[in-house]
Formats: sequence, structure tokens, C-alpha cells
Amino acid sequence: MSTTATTMERAVPPQAGPRAFVQRLREGDQIAHIITLVFAAGILLITSLLVYELWVNSHLSRSKFGWLFFWTRTWDPIFDNFGAAPFIYGTLVTSIVSLVVAVPLGLAAAVFLAELAPRTLSDSIAFLIDLLAAVPSVIYGVLGIFIVVPLMRTVIGPALKSTLGFLPFFRGPNYGVGFLTAGIVLAIMIVPFIISVSREVLLTVPREQREAALSLGATRWEATWKVVVPWARTGIMGSIFLALARALGETMAVTMVIGNDPKISASLFAPGYTIAAVIANEFTEATGDLYLSALIELGLVLFLMTFILNGLARILIVATERGGGHPS
Amino acid sequence: MSRLRLIWRKSLNVVMLTLTGVSAFAVVSVLFLILGYLIYNGGRSLNWAFFTQLPKPVGETGGGMANAIVGSLKLLLLAALIGLPVGLMAGIYLAEFGGKVFSFVIRYTTDLLNGVPSIVMGIFAYSLVVLPVKHFSTLAGGFALGIMVIPITVRASEEFLRAIPGSLREGAMALGASKWRTIATVVLPAASGGIITGCLLSLARVAGETAPLLFTAFGNRFWSPGWGQPTSSLPVMIYTYATGPYDDWHRQAWAAGLVLLGLVLLANVGCRLVINRRGIRGV
Repeated sequence: MSTTATTMERAVPPQAGPRAFVQRLREGDQIAHIITLVFAAGILLITSLLVYELWVNSHLSRSKFGWLFFWTRTWDPIFDNFGAAPFIYGTLVTSIVSLVVAVPLGLAAAVFLAELAPRTLSDSIAFLIDLLAAVPSVIYGVLGIFIVVPLMRTVIGPALKSTLGFLPFFRGPNYGVGFLTAGIVLAIMIVPFIISVSREVLLTVPREQREAALSLGATRWEATWKVVVPWARTGIMGSIFLALARALGETMAVTMVIGNDPKISASLFAPGYTIAAVIANEFTEATGDLYLSALIELGLVLFLMTFILNGLARILIVATERGGGHPS
Repeated sequence: MSRLRLIWRKSLNVVMLTLTGVSAFAVVSVLFLILGYLIYNGGRSLNWAFFTQLPKPVGETGGGMANAIVGSLKLLLLAALIGLPVGLMAGIYLAEFGGKVFSFVIRYTTDLLNGVPSIVMGIFAYSLVVLPVKHFSTLAGGFALGIMVIPITVRASEEFLRAIPGSLREGAMALGASKWRTIATVVLPAASGGIITGCLLSLARVAGETAPLLFTAFGNRFWSPGWGQPTSSLPVMIYTYATGPYDDWHRQAWAAGLVLLGLVLLANVGCRLVINRRGIRGV
């Protein structure tokens, strides 16, 4: 350290004097500042470029279909007639199904880990659950194809039909692939996010809140459900939004189990299609410029959806961490 | 009446608390079920040829995924070269230099970039790298993965740099070191373990990404020389083989899934153990 410092000093021309030397060092700081700033600004540049490319390359489709793009139900590459409705529908339905399955399960598990389990057990389970979040989505897809699809065909589907068959959601032929299967696979994928973030948020709730409720004679469950969870509710909402954003953008696992059929059907057993899945399947086969442009516009739609959700989620989580989450 | 209510409250307490436990147990058992089933099927199908041979022509049994393994490694190398420097430098900026407003903007953008669906990253890389040259390439795939590496690297570097105590910086500065020298010779080495871990985690994350590779690196049933040709990769091979019609393809998809998951989980377990021991969270 000291030797390098002296060599640096010697490198300065003798007439420059100590003040110029200090000046140079300051300039070194300036240079380091500017270099790192350039890289940080690079992130801004990349993100803006991403939005720009999506916007420009979807120009053909946007100018031809306009807002009708969102309401049109046909997807016909041969006659160049493209509508996003079936894909938006599929994306929303699979995400909603996944939330319906994952939120109660994830929230309950988070409550158990934060409120009941001893800290060491809670930490080790949280560790395992973080690992579950790291499993690549294509592997969930493989498991979906080879485990969930057969299960749906033989066990889950028939069981739902016999018990809830009077609802329109559970009617029609059951192929094994479809909205419900995709929703279940998605639920398995997003549950770790909900647990992980909700547990963190629940752990930030002050001890006094629990103790006050218990001392008033509340049972453990009442203290948790009526005091702790409401206190943390904005953070929990944040975790759900994050999970939803992930479910919306999830590609591979869904593509492998949804059946890839651009139709809008009330039945959850019916095969469908999502935005991400259609891009994955048809992008390399898109022959016409308009076809490609329509797919890129779908990408833009997907980007905007996740953008809004992620923004909301961040705001909610930050709000809770600052302690603004308690009930008014 | 109030006695009944007490019984009701107490039993509700027991039932609901049990349910939360059951949920936690169910989620954890899903993890083991997944791992177990994958290890069982993958282990049965894994053989030496998987690592050494090229895929056989469609319809023939046997063969392996040597080219996909090399392809994945090449893509990861490119991703590291593109993503890690940007992420690290931006992390240094945020932790050491950043002003209030601009830092907030950068952090927000990084979070936004982190949330962009991977398939959209694929479109981005396609329009930026594939469209101008009109053919799929390893380079395009590496670019897509490289962008995805950036957000986690930024977060990890910033977090670990901030965790270095101020006294270390002050000590170096008291010895007359300038700010950048302090960062380069004192702060960065002290934080290096954590930063390397964070970089590994981000690479482990993109190692399993399939969607952005579908129309950038595409796929290839042969070796892919250089960087300008389409290349196959493990995740894309898993996708192609699992959705394909042949039993032997399914067998190989399981094997590839086991190899991929093994690598990803190994990196994750190692990294997370290091991070937790240092008591730093949020990566």
C-alpha cells in the first residue's frame, strides 16, 4: 500500500507540487465516479431501449388493429388477422387460478413459519422454500407434463367433475392439459414467493402487538389473524402482487401444459393459450411482418402488465417496511 | 352462552393453527416430491453417453447432449462477460457514489428490469441482435441472458458493499488514500466473497432460463463452432425433448433436468450458506 503510494507520488512531474497531486487524486475520484455512473446509466439505457424496441417493432400491428387488437378473438396467421383476446384471457385465467390455489396455502404456511414454528425450524424451512423458488421453470414444465397432466386426467379432473360439476368452470371434456393444469403448475411455482416475502413481513410485526392481543385474552389464532396479519397486510398484498407478476410472465411451464389452443372457454378443463406461450411457440415461425409485429405487441402488453404490478408491489412492500402498514 | 363461545374460540384456534402447519408441511413435501421424482427418473436415465455424445437423428434411440452442455456453458460465459461488469460497476456506483434522486431512479429501473418476463427479454435480444444479422446466434442468446444477470448482480454488489463497516473506509482514507483507491484496495476485497456469491447466484438463475433462448440461441443438433452460429442449450433441449413424442426423448429430458437442477441447486445451496453465515439477507 505505502510503496504504491510513493510510486504514484513519483510519477507526478516535480514542478506540479503537492496541491496538483491532491488535485490529480481528486480527479481519480472523479474518473471512478464517472465510470461507475456510466455503467449505472447503462441500466437506464438498456431498459429504455427495451421499451423502445417493443414499441417500434410492434408499430405495424398497432397501426393496423389499434385498440381492437384487445377485443378481437381470432388469431389467424393465414389471413393476417390478429386479436389478443384469447391470450389475454388465458393469461388472466391461469394467473387467477394459480392465486386461488397459492394464496391461502402460502399465507397459511407463512403464518406457521413466522408465528408458530421455532425460529431454527422456521429458518431451515424458509431456506428450503427459497430453493424451491430457484428451480428453473422448464423443470416445473417437465414435472407438469409427466405428473400433473396425468393426475388431472385421472384423479383431479374426475373428482372436480363429480363434486363441483354443476359449475360451468368444471364442465366439458377433460384432456389433462388446459387452464386448470397450467394454473396448478403456476401455483406450485409462485407459492415459494408468497411464503418467503410474507414470512419476512410477518416477522417485522412488533412483538408488543402480539403480546397486547394475548394479554387481552385473545387466543393464539385470534392474535395472529386479527392483529398480526392486518398489521402486515400491505406487505402481504405486495408479496401477492409479486407472485402475480411472475405468474403472468411465466412462459415455459405454462406452454408445456396449457394445450396451446387460442380459444376462450368458460371451462377450466379446456385447452387455452397465454401471451407468453404464444410468443414462445410462434415467434420463430412467424413468417409475415405483421405476424411478427402482432407477437411483439403481445410482448409489449405482457411487459406493461408486469411493469404495473411490480411497481405496485414495490410500493406496498416499502410502505410496510416503513411501518405504515398497520390498520387505521 | 359465553362458555360455548369460549369452546368455539379455542377449537377454532386449534383447527386454524393446525391448518397452517399442514400447509407448511404440504409445501415442503412438494419440494421433496419434486426432487425425489426427478432424481429417480433422471438417475435411471443418466448415463455416460449423455455427457459425451451428440443427439442421435430424430427417431433413433441413444445419443447424448454433449453439445447442449457445452452450449449452455458458452452462453453462461457470455452472460457473465456482458452482465457482471455492468452489474458490479452499477452496484459500486449505488453503494459508494450515488446521489439521492439518480440512485433511486437506478434502483427502481433495476427492479423493473428484474421483473421483465424472460420471454420479453428474448424479444428484446431478438430485435437487437438477431434481426440486424438475420440469423440466430450464440451471441444473441448470451446477450439475452447477460441482461438478465444485471439486476441481481447490482443488488448483491450494492448490498455487500454497504455492509462493509465505515471504519474500514475511514482507516484507508486516514492513511491518505483517495476514495477510488479505498474502494479498489480495501472495500472491494473485503466485500469480494459476498459479491462473488451474488454473481454466482445470478448466473445460476439464468442457467435455467429457456424462454429467452428459444429465438436467440435457437437450437442445434450438432456442435456450434464459434459464437455466430445457433447453439443448443440444456434448458431448450429439455423443453424440446419433454414435449416431443418419443419415449427415449422423455428419458433424456429427465436426465437433462436432473443435471440442470443439480447444478442450479448446488450453486444456490453453496451461495446461500455463505450469505446466511455472513448474516446478510435480501439477495
